[in-house]
Amino acid sequence: MKKVIAQTEIDVNEEGYLTDFSQWTKEIGTEIANEHNIEMTDSHWQVVDWIQNKVNEGVALSIRGIKKSGVIDIKQFYALFPGGPLKVSTKIAGVPKPKSCI
Amino acid sequence: MKNLVILGAGTAGTMMANHLVSKLTKKEWTITIVDQYKTHYYQPGFLFLPFDIYTEKQVKKEGKKFIPKGVNYIQKKIDRILPEENKINLEDDILDYDVLIIATGSKTAPDEVEGMLGDNWYKSIFDFYTYEGALALRNKLREWEGGKLVIHITEMPIKCPVAPLEFAFLADSYFKKKGIRDKVEITYVTPLSGAFTKEKCSKSLGYLLKEKNINLEIDFAIERVDNDNNKIIDYADKAIDFDLLVTVPTNMGDEVIERSGLGDDLNFVPTHHNTLQSLAHENIFVIGDATNVPASKAGSVAHFQAETLTDNILLYVEGKPLKEEFDGHANCFIETGDNKALLIDFNYEQEPVEGTFPFAGIGPLRLLKESVFNHWGKLAFRWIYWNMLLKGIPIPFVSRNMSIKGKNID
Repeated sequence: MKKVIAQTEIDVNEEGYLTDFSQWTKEIGTEIANEHNIEMTDSHWQVVDWIQNKVNEGVALSIRGIKKSGVIDIKQFYALFPGGPLKVSTKIAGVPKPKSCI
Repeated sequence: MKNLVILGAGTAGTMMANHLVSKLTKKEWTITIVDQYKTHYYQPGFLFLPFDIYTEKQVKKEGKKFIPKGVNYIQKKIDRILPEENKINLEDDILDYDVLIIATGSKTAPDEVEGMLGDNWYKSIFDFYTYEGALALRNKLREWEGGKLVIHITEMPIKCPVAPLEFAFLADSYFKKKGIRDKVEITYVTPLSGAFTKEKCSKSLGYLLKEKNINLEIDFAIERVDNDNNKIIDYADKAIDFDLLVTVPTNMGDEVIERSGLGDDLNFVPTHHNTLQSLAHENIFVIGDATNVPASKAGSVAHFQAETLTDNILLYVEGKPLKEEFDGHANCFIETGDNKALLIDFNYEQEPVEGTFPFAGIGPLRLLKESVFNHWGKLAFRWIYWNMLLKGIPIPFVSRNMSIKGKNID
């Protein structure tokens, strides 16, 4: 489905995750963060950057990966993206949320 | 003579030995398979063992029975793989290889979480991904009189990702049958954002947890087990009480992969998603749970991979380009309790959907819908595993690549 965000029309799934990463911009990321009451800071962008790189490399995202990222520790990760940090940070980063097989 | 060596005689390794023994010429090739353990376990049976649905005997057999004649079977510990020298150090021997197949699987690593392997391990904290764990849990459940049962996934990826959910459903049935369901509170705890993370599954199956009165805790990334107070605690300091914790510990590839420097953070070997060749070494191939490919870690996946990998080994030894064929195909029965089951059939791209299988419009199996027939399918699968799957015999009407026939795709 379509959604207009930061004056741009983008494609998202029912949960609001971008379905086409090429449509992502920093402005879109900032607005999605606002919807989750998150004010983006440099630390947030570092995490988003790391997530986008990992997804680009085809690496599955996990809390363990965050621990070893060198960008942030897990407590900070929870503090930056409250209420399910992987779920929220992937949405802001414009990539699919981590999934299981069903 | 040239040497093809298979490391690991589990589901994937055994299937590869059976496929290749008739395809590589005996004059040119020696096939060797290495595994330190004598027993071959039917791992899907570990789900049924705790509930006294299967007996010990039904889930294990002597591994040797399934290794074909003409394959050299070595029962020794593997120390390390030396990929630059094309050698493998065994505990007291050295093997040379021209082609290597890594099928060393994945295993649980409860020591990855602080406190998990503490005083309460196998007293009030159990896994069911090992034979020992499933058996200890069975004995516990036989005498347990009720309380808070917490079923918990530590982190992804895990072998057979639906097994913990199946465990929750079967537990509901088990306690109902025992007449103590009202004394048991069941909670399902996942690090993911839902019990069902895919759109179609969540729509079709969301009712199951409610119907069975199973509580759900999502986005729970465990930090530690508090053994004094019987709680699991996550990084956001959320605590969940338990009387009985059934956990799926971190799953990791074998230590031999780490010792050999061939793995990622979790000791899984970086592998081409479609050819199954290792990304680092062209004469090393990887199959089953040992790979890092984003397919489910499951026997059916290893079965479909084995067919593609057999073709690719033959192409490789003839110096021809490999087929980029494997599509992540998985086909899994999911027990939902009360003698019913679901069937899902999916791949890297296509999420599980409703429909009929294997014949479009006919079935007889229903996709993503509960049925008694699917449950019989799951139980029949044990026979298929021992008698067909391990021997590399194709399953009639089920092709290596996923078919879209019979699937309700938008």
